[in-house]
Amino acid sequence: MIEVELAVNGERETVSVDATQTLLDVLRTKLGLTGTKIGCNQGVCGSCTVLIDGKPARSCLVLAAGCRGRAITTIEGVGTADAPSPVQQAFIEAGAVQCGYCTPGMVLAAEALLRKTKRPSVPEIREALSGNLCRCSGYTKIVDAVKLASERAAP
Amino acid sequence: MAKRRTGNGAAAGVVHRAIAHDSAEKHVSGAALYVDDVPEPPGTLFAAFGLSARPHARLTSVDLAPVRAAPGVVAVMAAADIPGKNDCAPVFADDPIFADGVVEHVGQCIFAVAAATVEQARRAARLARIEYEDLPALLTVEDALAANSLLEPPQVMKRGDAARAIARAKHRRAGRFGIGGQEHFYLEGQAAFAIPGEGRDMLVLSSTQNPTEIQHVCAAALGIPDAAVTAECRRMGGAFGGKETQGAFFAAVAALLAWKTGRPVKVRADRDDDMEMTGKRHDFVVGYEAGFDDAGRIQGVEFMLASRCGRSADLSLAINDRAMMHCDNAYYLPNVSVASYRCKTHTVSNTAFRGFGGPQGMMAIEYVLDEIARALGKDPLDVRRANLYGGRGRDVTPYHMRVDDNAAPALMAELATSADYRRRRAEIADFNAKSPILKRGLALTPVKFGISFTTTHLNQAGALVHLYTDGSVHLNHGGTEMGQGLFTKVAQVVADEFGASLDRVQITATNTGKVPNTTPTAASAGSDMNGMAARNAARTIKARLLPVAAAELGCAPGAVVFAGNRVRGGRRSMTLAALAKKAFLARVSLSAAGYYRTPKIHFDRARWRGRPFYYFAYGAAASEIVLDTLTGEHRLLRVDILHDVGQSLNPAIDLGQIEGGFVQGAGWLTSEELVWDAKGRLATHAPSTYKIPAASDCPADFRVSIWRKGRNREAAIHRSKAVGEPPLMLAISVFHAIKDAAASAAGRAVRLDAPATPERVLLALEDAAAAADAPKREAAE
Ligand code: FES
Ligand code: FES
Repeated sequence: MIEVELAVNGERETVSVDATQTLLDVLRTKLGLTGTKIGCNQGVCGSCTVLIDGKPARSCLVLAAGCRGRAITTIEGVGTADAPSPVQQAFIEAGAVQCGYCTPGMVLAAEALLRKTKRPSVPEIREALSGNLCRCSGYTKIVDAVKLASERAAP
Repeated sequence: MAKRRTGNGAAAGVVHRAIAHDSAEKHVSGAALYVDDVPEPPGTLFAAFGLSARPHARLTSVDLAPVRAAPGVVAVMAAADIPGKNDCAPVFADDPIFADGVVEHVGQCIFAVAAATVEQARRAARLARIEYEDLPALLTVEDALAANSLLEPPQVMKRGDAARAIARAKHRRAGRFGIGGQEHFYLEGQAAFAIPGEGRDMLVLSSTQNPTEIQHVCAAALGIPDAAVTAECRRMGGAFGGKETQGAFFAAVAALLAWKTGRPVKVRADRDDDMEMTGKRHDFVVGYEAGFDDAGRIQGVEFMLASRCGRSADLSLAINDRAMMHCDNAYYLPNVSVASYRCKTHTVSNTAFRGFGGPQGMMAIEYVLDEIARALGKDPLDVRRANLYGGRGRDVTPYHMRVDDNAAPALMAELATSADYRRRRAEIADFNAKSPILKRGLALTPVKFGISFTTTHLNQAGALVHLYTDGSVHLNHGGTEMGQGLFTKVAQVVADEFGASLDRVQITATNTGKVPNTTPTAASAGSDMNGMAARNAARTIKARLLPVAAAELGCAPGAVVFAGNRVRGGRRSMTLAALAKKAFLARVSLSAAGYYRTPKIHFDRARWRGRPFYYFAYGAAASEIVLDTLTGEHRLLRVDILHDVGQSLNPAIDLGQIEGGFVQGAGWLTSEELVWDAKGRLATHAPSTYKIPAASDCPADFRVSIWRKGRNREAAIHRSKAVGEPPLMLAISVFHAIKDAAASAAGRAVRLDAPATPERVLLALEDAAAAADAPKREAAE
C-alpha cells in the first residue's frame, strides 16, 4: 500500500492504494465517486473518462499512485443534478441521455473539447467524442448537445 | 448535420410532449445509481467465476482446494453446493447455474468464488485445477444441420403452394447467404447484488429486464418460496434484450453466495467474461428460392432459415418463430413456405436482442427482392413497391393475419419523395460510370414489425399507484428502465390522468414486492402495457375520488375535471392535495393496483395461424453509402428515415430510439463481427476486437422524422405505437446500399453475407469477378 495525496474536484484527499490500483478503482471504491463508470476496464469505451490537469484521460488505464499532485476532475466536480454545468444542461435539453451509462464520460470529453476549442465544427465534435462509445443514442443528440453548449458559450 | 421533425405530438398537456428523460439530471451529473454503484454494507463480498475452457467435455476432475485456500476467499460454490435447483433457464430448465459433470460451451460457469475484494476473487478463480475429457463439438449452423442437432423438430409455416408457384413462374432465383450475430455491448455489464435479510429473506438488486424471473430463479436455487425473495431494478445501463434472461445467472450466483456466507455479495462480470459468458443475437443461414413475374412480383417463395441457438433453448424457439413471422416484412407473399431449423450447438446459448429474430427474417425477404431486381435489371425500389401488401386479396400474412393497418406504401412513397430518391439514383449512376474505384450505393427499405409477444400469455402487465394526502403520486409498475424512457412515458400517462404536473409523480424502482408476476420488458411492448396498467390504476383511484370531489365542489361527479394540479367542478375548484386529504378523512382508499392484458391476440402455433400481433409498427429508411472498392470500406453519406410511432407519447424519446436503433442495426450489418475459432473460443471477446459504431461512423447527413400521418388504429395507450425494436431494422437499407454499390462495381449482382465488413465486400467482389470470367474462359478453351 502506498499513501498518495490526490486533488479530486478541488479537494485534497489522502488515500492508501495498491501500486497496481487504477484511478478508476480508487475513485469508485475509496472515494465513493461512482459517477465515473466502468464500461470495459480496458481503455476502449471512454465511460471512465475524467480530466487530469484539464485533459481527458481514461481512468481505467491510469494508476492512482501516479496521480500525485495532478488535478483530477470527475463528473461530480462538473456540476450537480440541481446545478448542472452549461454542458450538462445542454445534454439534458438536447435529449442526449438514454441509459446514461456513457453520459458522465461523454460530458467530460465534451468539457475538455470546449475548453480547447470554443466553436468546434460537427466533424471536430464527432472526432473528439469518437473514443467514447454510446450503445443507445446513435450519437446524434450527443453531438447536438455539444454544439448547443458551444453556441451558448461563444455566441 | 442532423435534421429532425417531431411530427404529430404538439397537443397540449403532459402526453404527446417532448419531455426529457426522467433521470436526465442524474445521468449528466453522475448521480444515477446502477447496481454496481449502490454503496456496499460492511462485510460485502465480491464474486468471480471459474469458466470452461472447452466447448464440449466431461469434467473428469474439478479440484477447488487451491481456490478455497487463496487469500481473501470466503466461499466457493459448485453444482453440488446448491441447496435448491441448479437452473437459471427461462423456459425449459436446461441452463445449469454451475456445470454438472459436462460442459457445453467455452465460458460456461463451473464454479463461483466470493472473496473480500474483486481482485482476490478473480485471482482465486484462476487457481482451480480442472480436467476435461473432450467430447465432439458442433460449433456452427452447418455442423449442427449435418448432425441433425436441433432443439425441436423443424417448424414449417405455409400458405398456398410455393413449390408449384415457383415452378410455374416465368423467372426463378435461388441462393443462400449468411447473417452474423451481434453482441449486445450494453455499456453497463451484467451485475447483481444480493443482500441477505432476516431469516431466509433475500433482496436481489439486479440489472435485469425481468425482475420476476430473477426472483423465481433465485428462490428456486435457494430452495425457498418466491415470496422470500425480492428482486429490484432501478435502471440498467443498456440491455437491448441482453438482460431479458441473461441476468438470471449472475443474480443466482450472487444469491447463492450470499446465502452461503450470510453476507452481501456483489457480482459484476468484467467485459471479456461478459462477452464470453452471455448469449448474443442468433446468426442465421438463409436459403431461398423465389419465382416471380416480369414486374418482379413474387409468385412463390420458399425459405430455409437455420440459426445457431447454442447449448440450450433459452428464448430461441420464440426468436425463431418471430424470424419466420417477419420474412414477409411489408410484402404480400401469395405462396410461401418457411422451414425453420433451430440448431443446438456447443456455443454460448443465444438470446433476445432488439428485434428478437425479426431482423433476420426481414433480411431474408429484402435480400430476395434485391436479387429479383438485379435479375430483371430493375430498380430495387420498384420491385419492393410492386410487392407491398395492398390491393385486392393482397392483405394476408403467411400466418393468416390480416394486415389492416398497412402504412408501408404511403410511408415509402413519402420517403422516396422527401429523400429525392429518383434524382439521386440517376446522379449515383452517373457518378459510378465515371468513378472506377469509389462507387456509391443507395437503398430504400421498409419495416413492418409485429407488436406483442408471440407467446400470448406474456402480454400482461401490472402497476401500483398511490396518491398521498399532499397530492403527490407514487408510481410503480412491472416495466424496467433500460434507457428507453419507459419510466418517463408511464409517468406522463399517470400525470395526465390526475391532471398533475410531472414533478408530482414519483418514479420508483421496479420491485417484485410491489408489482408481482410481471413479464419481461421486451417485445417493444413496455409502454403499451405498463402505460395501460398504470392508467387503469390511476383511473381506479380517480373513480373513488369523484363522489368526494362532487360533494366538495357541489357538482355532478361527471362534471369533475382534473387539470393543473387542481380538481374543478362547476365554478369551484380545489387542489388535488386538498381533495386527497378530504378523501382520506372520508375513509376512501387512495391506493390501487392496475392490470392490463393486450386484447384481440391469439395464436395457434401447431397450425401457424392466428393474430399474434395487436398491430404493426412501420418505418422506412433510405441510405446512401460510398464504397472504396480497393479496401472494401464504406462510409455512410446520407440517411433519411420516416418512422411511424402512431401519436407519439414523447417525440424526443421516440427520436432517440429511432436514431439509436438505426445506428445499432447498422453496426450489426456492417462492422460488428463475431468470430469463433476452431476450438469454440470467441476470438472477438474484447471491445478492442469487436467494433460497435462510434460517433465518427455515423451518417454525415442524418434526417430523421416521425411520420406525421402515423396513427394507431388500435386503442393502444394514447394511440401511440411501440418504438423500441422496429427502428433497428431500418438499417437493412445500409446493407443493401453496400450491396448496391458492390453490384455497380462488379457489373452484376454480388453474393454478400452480413455483416458487410471490408473483407466480406472484397470477397464478394472477387467472387463476382471470377463468375464473370468463367464463361469467357470456357469460351476461350
Ligand atoms: S472503462 Fe475505461 S475505457 Fe472503458
Ligand atoms: S446512453 Fe446508453 S450508452 Fe450512451
